[in-house]
Amino acid sequence: MAHVSASVYTSHVPAIGVAIDLGKTDEPYWRPVFDGYQPSRKWIAEQIPDVIVLVYNDHATSFSLDMIPTFAIGTAARFEVADEGWGPRPVPPVIGHPALAAHIAQSVIQQDFDLTIVNKLDVDHGLTVPLSLMFGQPDKWPCPVIPLAVNVVQYPAPSGRRCLELGKAIGRAIASFDEPLDVQIWGTGGMSHQLQGPRAGLINSKFDQDFLDQLIAEPERLAATPHIEYLREAGSEGIELVMWLVARGAMADVAGGSAPTVRHRFYHVPASNTAVGHLILE
Amino acid sequence: MPLDKPYLDVPGTTIFDADQSRKGYWLNQFCMSLMGADNRLRFKADERPYLDEWAMTEEQKLAVLSRDMNRMISLGGNIYFLAKIGATDGLSFQQMAGSMTGMSEDDYRQMMIGGGRPIDGNRYTHEWETAGAGDDDDNDAGADR
Repeated sequence: MAHVSASVYTSHVPAIGVAIDLGKTDEPYWRPVFDGYQPSRKWIAEQIPDVIVLVYNDHATSFSLDMIPTFAIGTAARFEVADEGWGPRPVPPVIGHPALAAHIAQSVIQQDFDLTIVNKLDVDHGLTVPLSLMFGQPDKWPCPVIPLAVNVVQYPAPSGRRCLELGKAIGRAIASFDEPLDVQIWGTGGMSHQLQGPRAGLINSKFDQDFLDQLIAEPERLAATPHIEYLREAGSEGIELVMWLVARGAMADVAGGSAPTVRHRFYHVPASNTAVGHLILE
Repeated sequence: MPLDKPYLDVPGTTIFDADQSRKGYWLNQFCMSLMGADNRLRFKADERPYLDEWAMTEEQKLAVLSRDMNRMISLGGNIYFLAKIGATDGLSFQQMAGSMTGMSEDDYRQMMIGGGRPIDGNRYTHEWETAGAGDDDDNDAGADR
């Protein structure tokens, strides 16, 4: 049977992708960010999973206002890297895992989560920046990736509770897949940031650190945090953090298993407009 | 019964909810068209006729022409869509975000390096009213509704 071996959490700031693509990672501004991911790259090199389920949000790339699915799963064999307006990032295409993705879709819908199934999906920085942070600049990504897109662009995003419960359903779906796959689930976006209006530039380190503490130790309590608290305390775009709860919900302890081990924790301000947070639970 | 919108009380912030999305549909869809390189060229060559191809309001068109990001947001624009205009102009996300704060590009960058805009004093609209910040009414959530 397949199983979830670890969960990885990280911000997906587009400027981080630009810094990697333009070879700026050693500049004084960027160095602390990338230093914070060195232990993670070492960790993952020793345990490349068979598949990653990557929870992210599309930023007006594949989903315009014509269609706004709250939860969408990419079931294709391959996902192209999108041109977001600056030209596509020079990174490899993302290879999917149609068999596991189809299994998750069918299982999760039968658990009352009405996922949108997407067979054609170009992926943007929300998905590719986490891959670059963890894997650097390989010629091809080391394993298949199943994109799981969450709407956090048009309010309201799904609630934290709903995200955690979806993660639990995905965990059950993975556990019922016949092949013995080692699966990681990644939650991306955040941490505190606001990209619009006169309040742009908001950062709330206290909120972010509390969020990390609770994500590790008290996910059920964290899931009760209402939207207004994210918006007010973590900025209008800080609401992306609900996506971390999807990944957290897929970990065994939430379903009565043993507590995960914190392999790495990192926090840095700023990357462009954003607080960078990162966590690995195994 | 009207929907509860507690986020109208967050200063200097417009939440892109269903009402904003409805108002901004064509503005945002125009922005999506800038994801194609050919359209970016055509828009930059002559902006006004390009805008006239879209069912946007005159106000929205004027806000785009003057690159008034706060105005575009208040008229239903969403930052991730408006970012396509910034990309067409060769601006970074930091330049775009900073342009909405009334700060210079360098001051904004320095604020971010210094830890960002603090949360204290920036949670509720009444905190801005008493502090005299957020001087442009247009920028407040709901001012245009």
